[in-house]
Amino acid sequence: MIELASLSTAALHLPAILGEGAHAVTIPSAIASPEFAWAGLILLLPAISAALCGLCAAFGVKSKLPGAITAISLIAAFATTLSLYLKMPADAPRVVHLFDWIDFSWKTGGATWTQFLAPFSLYIDSLTLLWMLFVTGLGSLIAIYATEYMEADTGKGYARFFGSVSIFLFAMGSLVMGGNLILLYLGWEGVGLASYLLIGYYYNRPSAVAAAKKAFIMNRIGDLGLALGVFLIWINYGTLEYDGIFKALAHTADPASGASWSAAMIPYCLMLGAFGKSAQIPLFVWLPDAMEGPTPVSALIHAATMVTAGLYLIARTYPLFALEPHALTVVAIVGCSTAFVAATIGMAQYDIKRVMAYSTVSQLGYMFLGLGVGTTFGAVYHVFTHAFFKALLFLCCGAIMHGMAGQLDLRKMSGLRNVKGFGVISWTFLIGCLCLAGFPFTAGFFSKDSIIAQAFASGNPTFVTLGWLALLTAFLTAYYTFRVWFRVCGGPTKYEPGDEMHGHDDHGHDHGNGHGHGHGHDDHGHGHAAHGNHEWHPHGPRLAINGVLLVICLGAVLAAVPAYMAMRGEANWVETMVQHSSAALPSAEHGHGGEHAHHALSFTGIEDVHKATSVVASTVGILGILIAAYFHLLNRSAADKLRQALLSNSLTRWLPLAMENKWYVDEVYHVVFRFPASVLGHVFHFIDKHVIDGFVVNGGARVPLEVGRLFQPLYNGALQGYAATMAGGIALIAAWVFWIWLHGS
Amino acid sequence: MSNMMAQTINTLAVTDAQTVNAALLVSAILFACGLIGFLSRRNMIIMFLCTELMFQAAALAMIAFGNIHHDISGQVFVIFILTVAAAEAALALGLVVLLYRRRETLDSEAWSELRETA
Repeated sequence: MIELASLSTAALHLPAILGEGAHAVTIPSAIASPEFAWAGLILLLPAISAALCGLCAAFGVKSKLPGAITAISLIAAFATTLSLYLKMPADAPRVVHLFDWIDFSWKTGGATWTQFLAPFSLYIDSLTLLWMLFVTGLGSLIAIYATEYMEADTGKGYARFFGSVSIFLFAMGSLVMGGNLILLYLGWEGVGLASYLLIGYYYNRPSAVAAAKKAFIMNRIGDLGLALGVFLIWINYGTLEYDGIFKALAHTADPASGASWSAAMIPYCLMLGAFGKSAQIPLFVWLPDAMEGPTPVSALIHAATMVTAGLYLIARTYPLFALEPHALTVVAIVGCSTAFVAATIGMAQYDIKRVMAYSTVSQLGYMFLGLGVGTTFGAVYHVFTHAFFKALLFLCCGAIMHGMAGQLDLRKMSGLRNVKGFGVISWTFLIGCLCLAGFPFTAGFFSKDSIIAQAFASGNPTFVTLGWLALLTAFLTAYYTFRVWFRVCGGPTKYEPGDEMHGHDDHGHDHGNGHGHGHGHDDHGHGHAAHGNHEWHPHGPRLAINGVLLVICLGAVLAAVPAYMAMRGEANWVETMVQHSSAALPSAEHGHGGEHAHHALSFTGIEDVHKATSVVASTVGILGILIAAYFHLLNRSAADKLRQALLSNSLTRWLPLAMENKWYVDEVYHVVFRFPASVLGHVFHFIDKHVIDGFVVNGGARVPLEVGRLFQPLYNGALQGYAATMAGGIALIAAWVFWIWLHGS
Repeated sequence: MSNMMAQTINTLAVTDAQTVNAALLVSAILFACGLIGFLSRRNMIIMFLCTELMFQAAALAMIAFGNIHHDISGQVFVIFILTVAAAEAALALGLVVLLYRRRETLDSEAWSELRETA
């Protein structure tokens, strides 16, 4: 017991330990490496592709040319990244100065000048490479997938789509590879713009436009935090270069005592930015709505890459977070609560893409939990595995939607595994679901467990509580994931097409199968199967979609390989990458937990906390899958009965209602923020219209008008009248001059 | 040389104050006649003649003031005024002819469209 007590008191100050540790792990200072200037191609290629897509749109290219351009340039960018990874020595981060970008100086009192310098430079370490490998790799695969998926929009829409995707890849590249926070900010806003453009891709659908605006505005709130964080870093450290910041941190003698108020605020500001971009409480509501965009976009931007930008920001500036005692605890609490809340919402949604959206929010929460409890490796590994399996899940959803005329309602599809052409989708979908559910020995299992295990291993009571919540979330995750799979791919074969084939008749589409754009709305589609499907057949995807699904599926499976390497006693590749970057931790967290005999999961009888977590987590995962199998495969009416039973009891009725209505967060935001803002807007509009416009501007204009009216009778049109007025005026002036002359001045 | 010329001009100039005053008086009377005529008559030709009257009154005043200041430029100016007046007379009479053709009358009342209609 004494040991336990001392452990928990020590662990209470975990962030402080990390802070001291950050000094133990000095990040090697970057080496300027002009020989790696070709790494700039990773940014240049998507930029060129974006420009070419713009030209295609301008010249009205009707072929699939923009798709081909984008796919080829992204594959080339991936190849560049890969060769950069192979050639880059791991000893120290490299800084590649491409060109001078922002450089100005101003006088700060007396003769001293302050210089603000933000060169267009790349900061390349293993974290950058890890991120860029999956960003460009998945980016190229999804671009190939989209060449088939978006084919119904060939023409201007096609060029617009691929142009935006290219802009996204450029921005994401500058976010991840940029050598300073200004470049990161450029990329941060750039991905926000691309996200906005792509969510609002179907701009004649009001819901898509609203979703695009929502995403943009929610992100603005987060971006304010990021901007303030960047300003504060400049004020406190006098530089925005990563290398410079890390050097300045290394020279700070005692991080705890010397920290000024503004330095202490830095991690919280950055955190707000990260929560906005990565859809965490309180800024998570935009991500589920972002599913209005075409599905490849959901897979690439809103599941695999852009939403991990927040994680990247925190991982990159981890030494700053480690300085502030409570910052990481806040990150952990927010992440874990988001994971739990989003999982409960995901359980009750009927739109499969929406379920996947909430699962993304939930998994991102896990990653923040990982960063918060001090396993940057677990967090980054989860980013990595999640990128693959979640992209896979989204692409499967997209392929189903593409083949089923926009149907996304899991109540209206069943047994797709037996439908001709849907085999690849169903089985790759299953693998994605297994990863997401954390089924033993899948990639998602290893990455998720390393996060939860660290929460228990830390011994900090707060983190242990979060660990329990994370375990509960893992159970819910397994349940809702397999709820989707058992409903859509399992059971008897039965399906209804979505509303696309009906809704688009007036657009003159001559082939009546799905066009991939649009959503299956819950309130449409009833009865369509009865009269609608004259000659309608679900059409399975062709080579591009199936091929990409298989490749990404392979990626999702292979993402577990680093964990197997670790089990065999070799170095986990991802862990090595993280330990060589700015997100490195003072000591490897493996073994850190192993020496504690007493931990929260001791009841399992397993001493090693990691093994214990694996056992418990796989148990709850399989339990979740079994429960999903009972309610959604074996006895589907039981699920409805359970819902009805909950609804009929006045004590429990709130539960299904709250979950189905997303805990009414949108409604609360509406009342708390939107409604007052709208009232204020109307007040200002009234003031503007009646006080500023009505009184000041128009009233001011009335003064010369009324004065003019006063003299109007003089202008009667008679020439003599004008002449007399003139003569009279001159006479008056003459009289006045004469008077002055007489009386002297 | 220039000194001699200035002396010559001085002797030629009318230096008598009374004469100058008389010239200014004539100028004022001429101007008043022109103004009254312009204001009271509606025949465009007469009105034009009255403006010419005022014009010449101004020219006369200029010569008178030139004498007061012993400055020849007053007279030089008048030469120019006469030239401009000749050109302007041709222009104005042409305009009067055009206006007459439009309305078949010389009455200036016929041209009051710029009147404010409030």
